[in-house]
Amino acid sequence: MRGMTLGQYYPGTSPIHRLDPRAKIILGILAIVCSFLCKTLFSFCLLEALVLLLVILSGIPPKLLIRALRPVLFILLFTSLVNIFMTRGKNLLFEYGIFHIYEEGLWNALFMILRITSLILMTSIFLTYTTTPIALTDGLEQLLSPLKKLHIPVHDFAMMITIAMRFIPTLAEETERIMNAQRARGVNFSTGGLIKRVRSLIPILIPLFVSAFNRAFDLANAMECRCYHGGEGRTRLKVLRYNVWDFVAILLLIGVGVGLVFANRLTFGGSIL
Amino acid sequence: MKETFIKTEELSFSYQAQTENEKIPAVKNLSVEITSGEYVAILGHNGSGKSTFAKLLNLILEPVSGKLFVDGKERTGELTEAELLELRRSVGMVFQNPDNQLVATLVEEDVAFGPENLGYPREELRTRVDEALATVGMTEYKDYEPHKLSGGQKQRVAIAGVLAMKPRCIIFDESTAMLDPSGRQEVLSTIRRLNREEGITIINITHYMNEAAEADRILVINDGELLLDGTPDEVFSKRDLLLSVGLEVPQSAELVFRLKEAGIDLPTDALSSPEKCAEAIAKAYFAQCKGGRGNG
Repeated sequence: MRGMTLGQYYPGTSPIHRLDPRAKIILGILAIVCSFLCKTLFSFCLLEALVLLLVILSGIPPKLLIRALRPVLFILLFTSLVNIFMTRGKNLLFEYGIFHIYEEGLWNALFMILRITSLILMTSIFLTYTTTPIALTDGLEQLLSPLKKLHIPVHDFAMMITIAMRFIPTLAEETERIMNAQRARGVNFSTGGLIKRVRSLIPILIPLFVSAFNRAFDLANAMECRCYHGGEGRTRLKVLRYNVWDFVAILLLIGVGVGLVFANRLTFGGSIL
Repeated sequence: MKETFIKTEELSFSYQAQTENEKIPAVKNLSVEITSGEYVAILGHNGSGKSTFAKLLNLILEPVSGKLFVDGKERTGELTEAELLELRRSVGMVFQNPDNQLVATLVEEDVAFGPENLGYPREELRTRVDEALATVGMTEYKDYEPHKLSGGQKQRVAIAGVLAMKPRCIIFDESTAMLDPSGRQEVLSTIRRLNREEGITIINITHYMNEAAEADRILVINDGELLLDGTPDEVFSKRDLLLSVGLEVPQSAELVFRLKEAGIDLPTDALSSPEKCAEAIAKAYFAQCKGGRGNG
């Protein structure tokens, strides 16, 4: 637990690492838009080329990236099965009882897989892998700061997220300590049915909550002692600055989006290809 | 004669009891004067009100009655936000649990937290953070995440966070209680250096006698009231009184008192360090030797 780092951040100095976090948030959103713009095999090919380029540029080991896809494996499987069996088209390929498989269904399944995987890969390259959580929070705070005029407490939310991130490792350590203490008294966390296991969590959660509240009181005192009085009049040690490459990257990705729209119109022999 | 920095007049505070309208008094009519640049230790057993007293000094808790003067100005009564911030800037506080007082996810950003709140421009923030980290010897850890540091290191970062606000006085609220012996030494030597080299007034709340012995002056608080006020030598000479309120004297002083109880004639007016105790014992030993020779 001690060596745990927050999030999936992969330290590095690649061109993507060096982009401004605000730019990367915008790029992440553009990447999502791009992957939904694709409708034909040709545009998907372009999209995959972009993904490949990003992987190479970021210098993140592909092994790590594949790990990012693991949580959505089930969704991928489910949506592709639904697409394969539920799509009605013209070109029937296979029929058995109530099961009908059409060519369009296969294409739809493939497109869905490509869309979800490239969406996840691109957003995680832009956001989680190359940006520290704290930079991401800072970026989000400054990106949303115009909302302060509408009396939305942007600073307070960012502060809460920062503190939450600061305390994740502390509370993780604490949880482990409490679990060990309960284990030493004979609590068994790893066997028994679901209900029994959930029940065995209670003696962990109660002390954890009590200590979290105590920590919160202490922290509030410490913050007051250090003159915290909300976001007003607060300056920052580290201020985010856009540079030319941030604008270049955003313009390039917008360009890719426009390109994809045109690529969708290109038809080769009138088919979905 | 140095100027008075903190002065309290009949300061009182009570906690709200959880169930009824009853109030539990924690600090009762405490009047204390602390001069600028002094190193004061506050001793007291658990629940004696010493921590509560400390929290009154920078108005983290608001006194029920009495007056507080810091740097010549009265700080009780209606204060503007600017006045309150100025008070907390000049009287900083370091707490017991190092994990619960670090706010940011990186060391240098945490040190910058106080000055950031005070709204200093960025160049100023940079120099303050660098200076504060250098003073506590943590410059090389500035890009670390706090949870990867040892207890003593975390506490030094917390001290740097207070130092970056350039305070005149720092209150340590049992800041060494959760540290291992080496971490405690790290923090204590930092405290000593801040007092000697930077001229910062130190108020160290503790229940370690050896720590209190390092101070220029010790205040003993019992049951919310001031019991003793004097130099370590003076305070530790009143062993029986200390024992009666659940405190004890340092082990070396205890040895001298036990020897005295055993019938050896020893001076008990200067026992604040092991060296002084050894001196007292040595003097008594030579006196006895001489006496012995005189007889024979």
